[in-house]
This record gives sequence, structure tokens and C-alpha cells, in this order.
Amino acid sequence: MLRKLLPMAEHVVKGPVWDCQMCGQCVLHSTGMTCPMTCPKTLRNGPCGGVRADGNCEVKPEMRCVWVKANHRAETLPLLPSSWREEVGHLRPPVNNSLKGDSSWLNLMNGKDRETPDGWLAEQ
Amino acid sequence: MSEFASLVESRRRPIVTAEFPSLDGGDLETVREAFDHYRPYVDAVNITDNPAAHAHASNVSMAIAVKQVGGEPIMQVVCRDKNRIAAQADIVGAQMHGVTAFCALTGDDVTAGDEPEARRVFDIDGPQLVSIMNGISRGTYLSGRKLKHHRELLIGAVENPFAPPVEIRARRARLKVDGGAKFLQLQIGYEPNKLEAFIEACRSNGVTRDAAILPTVILTKTAGALRFMEGNVPGIHVPSDVIDRVADAEDPAEESYQLVREQTEHALSLAGVAGIHITDFRHDDTLRRLVTDLQIGPEFATGANPSIHQTA
Repeated sequence: MLRKLLPMAEHVVKGPVWDCQMCGQCVLHSTGMTCPMTCPKTLRNGPCGGVRADGNCEVKPEMRCVWVKANHRAETLPLLPSSWREEVGHLRPPVNNSLKGDSSWLNLMNGKDRETPDGWLAEQ
Repeated sequence: MSEFASLVESRRRPIVTAEFPSLDGGDLETVREAFDHYRPYVDAVNITDNPAAHAHASNVSMAIAVKQVGGEPIMQVVCRDKNRIAAQADIVGAQMHGVTAFCALTGDDVTAGDEPEARRVFDIDGPQLVSIMNGISRGTYLSGRKLKHHRELLIGAVENPFAPPVEIRARRARLKVDGGAKFLQLQIGYEPNKLEAFIEACRSNGVTRDAAILPTVILTKTAGALRFMEGNVPGIHVPSDVIDRVADAEDPAEESYQLVREQTEHALSLAGVAGIHITDFRHDDTLRRLVTDLQIGPEFATGANPSIHQTA
């Protein structure tokens, strides 16, 4: 029941505010509260090299680059803990596509959103 | 260790790499003929991966072919066309044929190409791909499964010092170097102040110490070529005064050369720059002229610019 209700509740809250794509492994806190899944390339570690001189997106020229926004907001947004501000520069692991559609709230509680493949950063 | 890898490590003289042209069919002789244009002047050539989202002979096949004709390929892998499984398979397959240098890129979007209706993949991104390559170099797939045989790979990445937000580009370069990148090829740019600021920031965060930075210049001969890049190539900005300089010149081809020579000299004069990456859109004698005038590359192995060694 919870597994069905939570994603709905999450989408209702996060959809209108952050254009949430329900990736199920939310990293908003580390991206200046800017959803990286709204980047046309869904980059978790942007910005790519294609950002236009005016700071807009390579793919959608009318849209501000999600990662230009993320970096700006990570610095300027009030009330963000300083650890969140710093995290914008950290390497985020590949998306776990099997979590798509899940509630990231649930995955935060059960730790699934922090699981990475065994070979990720192995022996590094 | 390949000669190129040893050069990236020692940086005993300026490194010269070049963009190998994309091919659309032919055979090994076609590759040999194309490579002969570069052979005497470069330490390695980039094998592109469907550049600007146009299909061409694959990166794997071209990297192997260049190896077979005696060249040192840097196999680019972009994240646009293949998921993590296919990307890893390509890297492992290519290294079985002696390809040991790889360069990870996010890649232009499908909308930059001639099949904009294609599905874009981007299952992983450039910085993640660097780390995945590093895992393969150490003998482990992303899943954690071990390779039966593996060898050390030379991993590279790219960065664009000219695209916003410029103030975080050196940090992003650091991220890739921390992931295992030993060299960084930069996007083409016409704003020397931005290049200087980027290199300075890379000196501060240790990137120039830990990786060989290669700014890119492009050999063109008309103002039209510059205008085309400004209007059509994602991530490249050509200011109007640069376009005007070539457009208003009596001999635009010669002026284009002088421009690229100045850019190269400027780049190589910056402490922390390890060499230059050259994209040749002229296909004439200019590549030879540039490396000869500046005495760089394998033919001038002793003619190193002393400033290159200041990699603080």
C-alpha cells in the first residue's frame, strides 16, 4: 500500500515544484534543489560542454542550462546546509534505472538510493 | 606502456595530438592514406565516436585500424549512443586489439546531428565514464565482475573552459582527474582570457600536476568556417572580432593560419599546458607548417618549449 501511495504523494509534491521525473533516487539536495533529470541529457554530473554562451541549453536554446542553475543555486539559495552546497561538486554515481517510478522517500529510508554497483569506484 | 602514455606521464616535450577524420567506408588502405597525413607530426590521434551525432565508421573499428597502420589511437567514447553495457564492451574489445588510450566524453546531443529523431541514451555521463574506464583498467566491470585479462589503460577526458559556468570548469576537470583521467583535451575556444583563467584554476587545484592538459586549435581557412562553428557547433563560441579579422584580411587563408599559430603559441606559453590538440579542417600543408614553425611534435623531440616543464 505504502509502495503505491508514496510515489503518488511524492509526485504530487515534487512534480509541480521541481518538475520531478521520479527517478527514485533523489539528489536535489546536492544540486541546489535543481532536478538533474530535467537536463535533456539527464546528466547527474553536468554541465556538459555544450552550454551556450548565454548559459542556455545546447538542446533547448530557450531553456536555462539545468547545471548552470544548479551551481548558481547551490551557492546562493538561502537555508541550504553548507554540506549540501559543497556536494554539488561531488561525483554522483550512475542512475539505477530499476528505481524509476519508485518513491525516493522510501528509497532514502531503506538506503536503496545509496546502493551502487560493486565495481563503482572499486579499488580506488 | 605506450610511447604516448610515457609522454603523458613525463611531459618531456610538448605533446601533439590531432583529430582523425571520420570515414564512411573504404578499407585499411583508406585509413592508411588518411593517417599518413598525420603520421610524422603527431603523437596520437583522436578516434571520434559519431562526432556531432552523425553516424560514421565506428570508434572501435577505426581505433583498431589506426593501430594496424602503425598509429597511436585515442579512442573516444561518448555517452549519447550506447548504454553502460555497450560502452564497456567496446572498451574491453578495443583493448584486445592493442588500443590502450581512451577518452571519455558526454557527447553532443542527437539534435546536433542529421538524425535528430534518434533516441538519446546518456545512461551514464562523462565523469562517470572516466571512473568506469578506470575500473576496467584495474580489471573490474562496473558490476563488479572481474575481467579475465586486463591491462592498464591511459584514460583521458575533455573539458570546455569557454562554456558557462566557466568558474566551475576546473572543479569539473578535477572530478575527472580524481576518477582516473591522465590527460584532458579542451574544447576549441577563441577567448584566451578564459583559457588563462581555466589553466590558472587547474594549477591551483592540482589538475595541471596530475594530468596533461591539451588545449585544442582548429585549422580553418575562411571566415565562413568560423561563422559555421559559431552558429552550428555546440559549445564553441567564436567572437565577432575574430571572424572579422579573417573576413577582412587580404588573404583569409593566411590570416587563419596566423590566428591559429598565435593561439597555439599562447596556449603553449601557459605554465601547466602540456601540449596541443589539433583539428585539421584544411587538409592541406598547414598541419606540417604549424608543427614545423613551432618546432613541436615527434619530429622535433628536442625542441621543447621550456615553459612546458613548469607543471606546478
